[in-house]
Amino acid sequence: MSEIGDQVLFMGTFARNIFRSGFEWNELIRQCYIIGYKSIGLVGITGFILGFVMTLQSVPTMKEFGAVSFVPSMVAISVIREIGPVIIALTCSGKIASSIGAELGSMKVTEQIDAMEVSGANPIQYLVVTRIIACTLMVPLLTILADALALGGGFLGSNIGGHFSTILYFNKAFHSLSFTDLLPSFIKTIFFGFAIGFVGCYKGYNSGSGTESVGVAANSAVVSASLWVIVLDAIAAQVTTILAYN
Amino acid sequence: MADERPIPDNTEKREITDTKGDKEPVIKIEHLKKSFGTKEVLKDVTMSLLEGENLVVLGRSGQGKSVTIKCIAGLLQQDSGTCNVYGQEVKELSETDLRELRKKVGFLFQSGALYDSMTVGENLAFPLTRVMKMTDESEIQKLVEEMLENVGLKEAIDKVPSDLSGGMRKRIGLARTLIMKPQIMLYDEPTTGLDPITSKEISELILDMQKKYKTSSIIITHDMLCAKITSDRMLVLNNGKFIAEGTYDELENSEDKLVRSFFK
Repeated sequence: MSEIGDQVLFMGTFARNIFRSGFEWNELIRQCYIIGYKSIGLVGITGFILGFVMTLQSVPTMKEFGAVSFVPSMVAISVIREIGPVIIALTCSGKIASSIGAELGSMKVTEQIDAMEVSGANPIQYLVVTRIIACTLMVPLLTILADALALGGGFLGSNIGGHFSTILYFNKAFHSLSFTDLLPSFIKTIFFGFAIGFVGCYKGYNSGSGTESVGVAANSAVVSASLWVIVLDAIAAQVTTILAYN
Repeated sequence: MADERPIPDNTEKREITDTKGDKEPVIKIEHLKKSFGTKEVLKDVTMSLLEGENLVVLGRSGQGKSVTIKCIAGLLQQDSGTCNVYGQEVKELSETDLRELRKKVGFLFQSGALYDSMTVGENLAFPLTRVMKMTDESEIQKLVEEMLENVGLKEAIDKVPSDLSGGMRKRIGLARTLIMKPQIMLYDEPTTGLDPITSKEISELILDMQKKYKTSSIIITHDMLCAKITSDRMLVLNNGKFIAEGTYDELENSEDKLVRSFFK
């Protein structure tokens, strides 16, 4: 319970510091580069293989029902609505939340955060606000990239058996998608990004004083961020369902 | 080869406000208590720092020396008692006021606490741009170079902290703190982990900088050579309380066995 209280207080501190003067634009750009650009490889490969494997595994089953022609639609809808955002958010939890947790944790242990504070600078504004905003901006963009590559991977998977031409595959994939598939999916990735950045910063910033606590901060950041992604996904699914039927 | 340079005698060179004089102490702590869980670290700490004075605090590990200066810097809050800096009670200050007060108080951490992701130059420029809100790049560069020259490390400006030795990190840490021109300096074991020669150099640097920038300082140390070089007055902290006060020579000849044991 006390941790929830601490997280709420930390959230309040973060919110207060977003609008303070002297926003760290340069640090935000640097963090976007580290969090976004440096994750492209991992996220891109994950997305591509995701679509590729899904197609490879679903084609034989769909063939039994004479429904191979539905494979592009199935891959597109499932990847863009659900699997893409969740898998990419979980991948980012592992890569980004752990890295933020470990970095801030080690800064705490080596008294760098205290040094920033006693100098009269604002470590929340410099370290926390920039990282959380960078995560909130970059995770949705990484998910869009991964979704696009997943469709490419799906095409490759289906093309191994020679089932679809390029035009037919993408025509079927995009034809099945509507605005109500894309928008909720995009919105939830914003929340995923925020949760990953927030949890990483909270765990790192509030880590203990020994070197062991750096590992603990990184580990608990991954666990908590992953859990938050799953919980937020469940909430998003409920909200989307309610809105779609009302 | 042993360094045979004489230890500077600082006692005659500086003008220090007398305890009985007109001026108020810059730091005044009374009956300070601080516990961590069930462990009572500070039991009843009362002390003051006069303007222009170098006060050395001695004590075994875990006696609360660092906790005392962290309360002064507002990094920790005491459970009871008062901690007054320039007439302001640190615990009662708002976030903004505390930030203002911290501009006057420099803190040198045991490890130097340099920012790993920045070069030495960026480390020194950080407080200038964030705290002093300086925007003129050439002026910042000039100040950074001047300060690095003061600590004898101008050539390290483009190095990253991981490329620096322990002594260099302390010098850069000192330069980063002094670039803000603080009126009070708090040193947390500035010579710990250094070889005797570097340790002496750092101690002399502390003294030089104190003279140059006319700061008042609290120096936490176990290093008796550092204490001898830098101290105007010394306090011995034991079991959460100050048990002795005096100059280096007075404490060296103290009748208290524990106090004397530091000098052996």
